[in-house]
Amino acid sequence: MTEQTASNKFDWAGPAFKARLNKRKRSQLTLKLLGLGAISIAFGMLFLLVASLVSTGYHAFTQTHIEVEVFLDPEQINADDPNRGNYRQIITDTLVTQFPEVADDRAELRKLTSILSNGAQFSIRDEVVADPDLIGQTVTFKVPVSDPYDQLNKGLMDRETPEEFRRLKNEEIANFDILKERGMVSKPLNTALITNADSRFPELAGLKGAIIGSFYALLTCFLLSFPIGIGAAIYLEEFAPKNKVSDLIEININNLAAVPSVVFGLLALAVFLGWFGMPRSAPFVGGMTLALMTLPTIIIATRASLKAVPPSIREAALGVGASKQQVVFGHVLPLAMPGILTGTIIGLAQALGETAPLLLIGMNAFITSAPATPFDSATALPTQIFIWADSPERGFVSRTSAAILVLLSFLIMMNGIAIFLRQKFQRKW
Amino acid sequence: MTLLAFLILFCAVMIGYMLNLRAARAIRAGGTRLHSLDGFHGGFSALVTLVPTFFIILFWMMFQGTVIQSLVKAGLPAGTLEGLGTGEVQLIMSEIRSIAGGRIFGTPEDWKLEAADRLVSLRATSSILLVVVTVIMTAVLILLSRKTVAAEFRARQGVEKIILSLMIGCATVAIFVTVGIVGSLMFETYRFFEMVPIADFLFGTTWEPQIPIREDQIAAEGAFGMVPVFLGTLVIATIAMIIATPIGLFSAIYLHEFASDRARAYIKPLLEILAGVPTVVYGFFAILVIAPAIRSFGTDLGLPIAPNTALAAGVVMGIMLVPFISSFADDALAAVPHSLRDGSLALGATQAETISKVLFPAAIPGIVGGILLAVSRAIGETMIVVMAAGLIAKMTINPLDSVTTVTVQIVTLLIGDTAFDSPKTLAAFALGMVLFLMTLVINIFALRIVRKYREIYD
Repeated sequence: MTEQTASNKFDWAGPAFKARLNKRKRSQLTLKLLGLGAISIAFGMLFLLVASLVSTGYHAFTQTHIEVEVFLDPEQINADDPNRGNYRQIITDTLVTQFPEVADDRAELRKLTSILSNGAQFSIRDEVVADPDLIGQTVTFKVPVSDPYDQLNKGLMDRETPEEFRRLKNEEIANFDILKERGMVSKPLNTALITNADSRFPELAGLKGAIIGSFYALLTCFLLSFPIGIGAAIYLEEFAPKNKVSDLIEININNLAAVPSVVFGLLALAVFLGWFGMPRSAPFVGGMTLALMTLPTIIIATRASLKAVPPSIREAALGVGASKQQVVFGHVLPLAMPGILTGTIIGLAQALGETAPLLLIGMNAFITSAPATPFDSATALPTQIFIWADSPERGFVSRTSAAILVLLSFLIMMNGIAIFLRQKFQRKW
Repeated sequence: MTLLAFLILFCAVMIGYMLNLRAARAIRAGGTRLHSLDGFHGGFSALVTLVPTFFIILFWMMFQGTVIQSLVKAGLPAGTLEGLGTGEVQLIMSEIRSIAGGRIFGTPEDWKLEAADRLVSLRATSSILLVVVTVIMTAVLILLSRKTVAAEFRARQGVEKIILSLMIGCATVAIFVTVGIVGSLMFETYRFFEMVPIADFLFGTTWEPQIPIREDQIAAEGAFGMVPVFLGTLVIATIAMIIATPIGLFSAIYLHEFASDRARAYIKPLLEILAGVPTVVYGFFAILVIAPAIRSFGTDLGLPIAPNTALAAGVVMGIMLVPFISSFADDALAAVPHSLRDGSLALGATQAETISKVLFPAAIPGIVGGILLAVSRAIGETMIVVMAAGLIAKMTINPLDSVTTVTVQIVTLLIGDTAFDSPKTLAAFALGMVLFLMTLVINIFALRIVRKYREIYD
């Protein structure tokens, strides 16, 4: 017996022990490094995501414009009805004054006019309609250039590319360079990105319709899901008897929170559009769909913050003779409100980024005007991003990134408000 | 006009409230004790007026469009709509609607103009009727509730009963939504299976939903075998999980065991940002950065790579799921009682040994539940695959090939199509049904695992 113990006696200073200890330390280090590696991969991807969006998106925040002196020829514009004027011709004439040598060559002329955006004539028209006295005068306008020239000016088009692979031929580039030398080219902030609605032409396309559409949809979503969600949560948390029905409702809510968003789109398509005949592409219907998806989030958040209110509050109120509902609405709910609002804002932020259900109810339509009411056809920010990402024009790549940056900044703002509310009003009991 | 109806309702609620409040005050001033406070008498009137009228206006708004449309349709000259498909009928109706809205293109037939006139007059009648109904309803309800004001009337109980039933109504909305989802999916799926045999759908191995709409159109016959679509979904979900599971688990372990409290306070919210990025952004990221990177890497290696590889969509989806898995795993690790961890460390185990031999096995059910929920997310995820994966269903498990998924097919089949009478659109609902059932089963299973596990230590 004693002999055995002696032979089993471990040498705590020997090389075998050292080797074992080193091995254990190594595995400790390995696990730590694996963890660090995993986090760095995740952060690296986040960084890559943001960096790629910013590096492609910042181009869209400026837009190349050309300053042209336009003679508003009374022969081309009907003074009684300035809407009907040959503004295309006026623009062409203006460019010809810069390049008198091409006046008679139709092909050359076409190349020249392609510098200006298709929308240039309309922006001049709008100015004239707003102030008909301009007719007959020479006015300086700043008009956007078309997408290829915009790309050229921002350095996104490589001049070294062989001519046949380039979207602009050497002559066209030369024309543009001449204008640039004359100091007519400028690159101001692209306000059109916010003030214009969608367009086929990247240089004119903006997010106004999408932002307003998203706003209406979120408003509808909030107006529906906030009261219904709070009502349901209060009932389940404070009043519901513990029986099969309440259990069923509870399981239902938990499952709804995990149903894929595209299924809500199918529901909206079949029920809201198919059976009730609601309008397609309307932000109101989109908001209703989003409300169904936000509802579980709000209910769960509300229940959690109701639960966090200590029972002493309820007991005190009951003790001085308040009814159950007076306790809840007069004391518990106000105390739980910051938590409820935080949960609601986070739910709305999720709803703002939701795309798939809106695609199914047709909010990916091409609509060139901002919606006036929640019942008009419109797009939403995420669906607009989807549309632009699908567009073949080069200019839409940067615009898609820019639209994403706009969407992300809205999301950061909403989450910031939620965090602020939580920090400011949350009480520790 | 609906605005006017709501305005009338609002005024009526105010008037009813004031009337009852004053009546109650008058009784109190007369020296009688009332059962309920004056405000409850007012509130009772307000609620009695508000709730039924509000729902009537809502129902009116919901159904007036359908009713008017069917009235207009019924009033069309006999035979005009005979033999036309639903799509054509819808086209005619929308033309009539746009004529009624003043947007006339070309010279429409006389009967369309007549129908448009009828539509306009029906709309006018409907909105006038709505206002009249609102006025009558509110007047009657105000008077009725005014009569209830009496010393012994239990106004507070009345108010609380109404509020309670409203809250119960809110709580049942969740049930209605589920019933709506199941009902609508089942209804459309049933109609789909009337056109396409159920065995063909479940076991067929070709998916070519582009069927000829007109007789003379050249298109494939149409085949609705969901196996390749399902396989594609599995391929992408598997890639996503291969990426997300190790990254998520190792970051959770690091956060839980090795990171200092300060580092944790910064790292956790930053990781959560990945979960808050909208999926459409991930989709764009996939086509902008990941897919070209994979393609150029593949060409360097001399591998044939499809333009919409499953790999690109899967990788990006995996990144999206990382915070999901890591927060579940973190919660599961945190739920393991401290005594287990302390005991292991006290015996001289290193942190790594404690994690891998004690904490991790104890947390396994919670972690598995979280991973299952992530799988259900990956299967139901739509935008990333719509943007980055392919459209053509192939029987392949090659991640470098282009595959399609259930969600991609749902979206592409339904974009720009409203006629619910062709197998093409109905197929989307059948796929939706499959998706719903699949995610439901996984979710229930996962939640059960998570819950069962939690009960052990509570």
